[in-house]
Amino acid sequence: MTAPLLSVRDLKTYFVTPAGTARAVDGVSWELRPGETLAVVGESGSGKTVTSLSILRLIPEPPGHVLPGSLIEFEGRNLLTLSPPELRAVRGNGIAMVFQEPTVSLNPVFTVGDQIAEVARVHLGLSRVEARARAVEMLEQVGVPDAARRADEYPHQLSGGTCQRVMIAMALICHPKVLIADEPTTALDVTVQAQILELLERKQAELGMAVLLITHDLGIVAGVADRVAVMYGGQVVETAATRDLFAHPLHPYTAGLLASVPRLDGGRGRLSGIPGGVPPATAWPSGCRFHPRCPHAWDRCRTDEPPLLDGPAPGQSARCWLVTEPGRRKAT
Amino acid sequence: MSALVQVEGLVKHFPVRRGLFGLGAREVVRAVDGVSFEIPAGRTLALVGETGSGKTTVGRALLRLVEPTDGRFTFDGIDVFGLGSPELRALRRRMQVIFQDPSGSLNPRMTVGEAIAEPLVIHRLASRAERPARVTELLAEVGLDAGFAPRYPHELSGGQRQRVGIARALALRPQFLICDEPVTALDVSVQAQVLNLLKDLQQAHGLTYLFIAHDLAVVRNVADRVAVMYAGRIVEEAPVDRLYAAPRHPYTRSLLSAVPVPDPDAPRNRIVLSGDVPSPVSPPDGCRFHPRCPHPLKGERCAREAPELRDFGGDQRAACHFGEKPM
Repeated sequence: MTAPLLSVRDLKTYFVTPAGTARAVDGVSWELRPGETLAVVGESGSGKTVTSLSILRLIPEPPGHVLPGSLIEFEGRNLLTLSPPELRAVRGNGIAMVFQEPTVSLNPVFTVGDQIAEVARVHLGLSRVEARARAVEMLEQVGVPDAARRADEYPHQLSGGTCQRVMIAMALICHPKVLIADEPTTALDVTVQAQILELLERKQAELGMAVLLITHDLGIVAGVADRVAVMYGGQVVETAATRDLFAHPLHPYTAGLLASVPRLDGGRGRLSGIPGGVPPATAWPSGCRFHPRCPHAWDRCRTDEPPLLDGPAPGQSARCWLVTEPGRRKAT
Repeated sequence: MSALVQVEGLVKHFPVRRGLFGLGAREVVRAVDGVSFEIPAGRTLALVGETGSGKTTVGRALLRLVEPTDGRFTFDGIDVFGLGSPELRALRRRMQVIFQDPSGSLNPRMTVGEAIAEPLVIHRLASRAERPARVTELLAEVGLDAGFAPRYPHELSGGQRQRVGIARALALRPQFLICDEPVTALDVSVQAQVLNLLKDLQQAHGLTYLFIAHDLAVVRNVADRVAVMYAGRIVEEAPVDRLYAAPRHPYTRSLLSAVPVPDPDAPRNRIVLSGDVPSPVSPPDGCRFHPRCPHPLKGERCAREAPELRDFGGDQRAACHFGEKPM
């Protein structure tokens, strides 16, 4: 097995809030290997976005802080201990990021060409003229028609889909080894989403980069991910190869999520859903954090917190006592 | 028997002025440009489309939250667009709306109980003494216990707030509910609960729904009939099973193919459309979809002549010159 390119080990990111300490990310570990796509899936409040922001140290401190003992290792270095200039070199050249809201992430008072060129000047040391040419070339590469003219436009003149292409152009200009895409298509219409997903897949194949995809959409996961980490309550509750996860979800939360999704080939029947809602990060339940919503929970789940336990399929593990006591799984 | 909701030739144009401080040329945004449909009592019609298709404007025009430019809306035999304001207020008792963002549509300074009772107060439907019992009853209908009445919206989760929005809409015992993206802002596990609730309420009260949404998988789960909008017009309309199994319009076909399917082994025949939805100020001539249309037979006629909605049997209608030979 190839060595991981980016590994996160026991990451804990907490926030101080008036309601107490929010343990938004609470002991997350996973590995991203070269060229692969790892999807981190979860609902609001699961900690998936805080995880992605912690990697490039984009958490506002205070109120947030990454706890000592957390490790984010990229090419043999712990990103959490890098100096600001070292970190700046990693951002862009090593790890780049695309966010959910392209229209918000772009600066409204500069042309998109200038914004892409700025990245090239800062990270690649290009001259003004070279950077401009590189920006136009990048816009062409991400499928923006009439790129030379579009480069002179401001974000408000472009559609959401085009803005996201601009963000991708900025992220890819330095050929990063890892692209973190945090809900890259959530704000977009479905036909535009299809364009952006195709673009990301094509660029990934061309550049051989690894992609960390943060999403809530299991449909997108099924289409693009090699492996999946499902998050709940600030923790990874299940991790598996994509096919194993969809075919045999081990964790009841994963199974519940899959059963909640309405399907194009489904009928008008009731969706099974998951009762209740996500608890606040300031007060995770005792034992297994999912037990109040779990149809299988028994006494042990209320008191003992399960570790990630290896399941039958290679590479599949779940934070659930059912892995060791499968007989307790109720028919649903 | 005629349908409870009948909409004919609905048009909504917004005049706009371009340029700095609106001093530029006068233009017209053709948000809705000739939309007709019917919904029989107790049924659900889903209006599906992407940003800018005009689906939300249709809902707002029916409620006269924006004044329609042209067209006719008959509700239970009443000509809604011809009503004066007192009659309209009386009719609003029978037609209610649920919005996408429940936190934006609830007053943050009102408790849940006050928010649900407000329509009863305005329409003088329950005395002060009767109100608490009625609020408890409405909360129970949406799956919340009476303990929620004294709480404020910010204390609730998104799903709970949407339940309150539904309880408030139900307070006047309406017959017709316009649901505008009611589950879009919710997480998938909560979305499933709210969809189930909407279906239960429909069954219990015989409600008629206009369900406005962009998510075709959600629509599949709630609708009897689906109308697909593109650039202000309905391009296809059919019973739900038929539309999903055998779409006639290339836009419907492309939309369906673009929905990510939560199954890693599902065949992926995604049709990736180029470009964006056209500007409603200057929609393309002929078929409004033709610049993006992936249909192999697409020709010069599509750029020239706007196709009418035509009947293809099985209660399916599509506006495509090549509807006989779907993609």
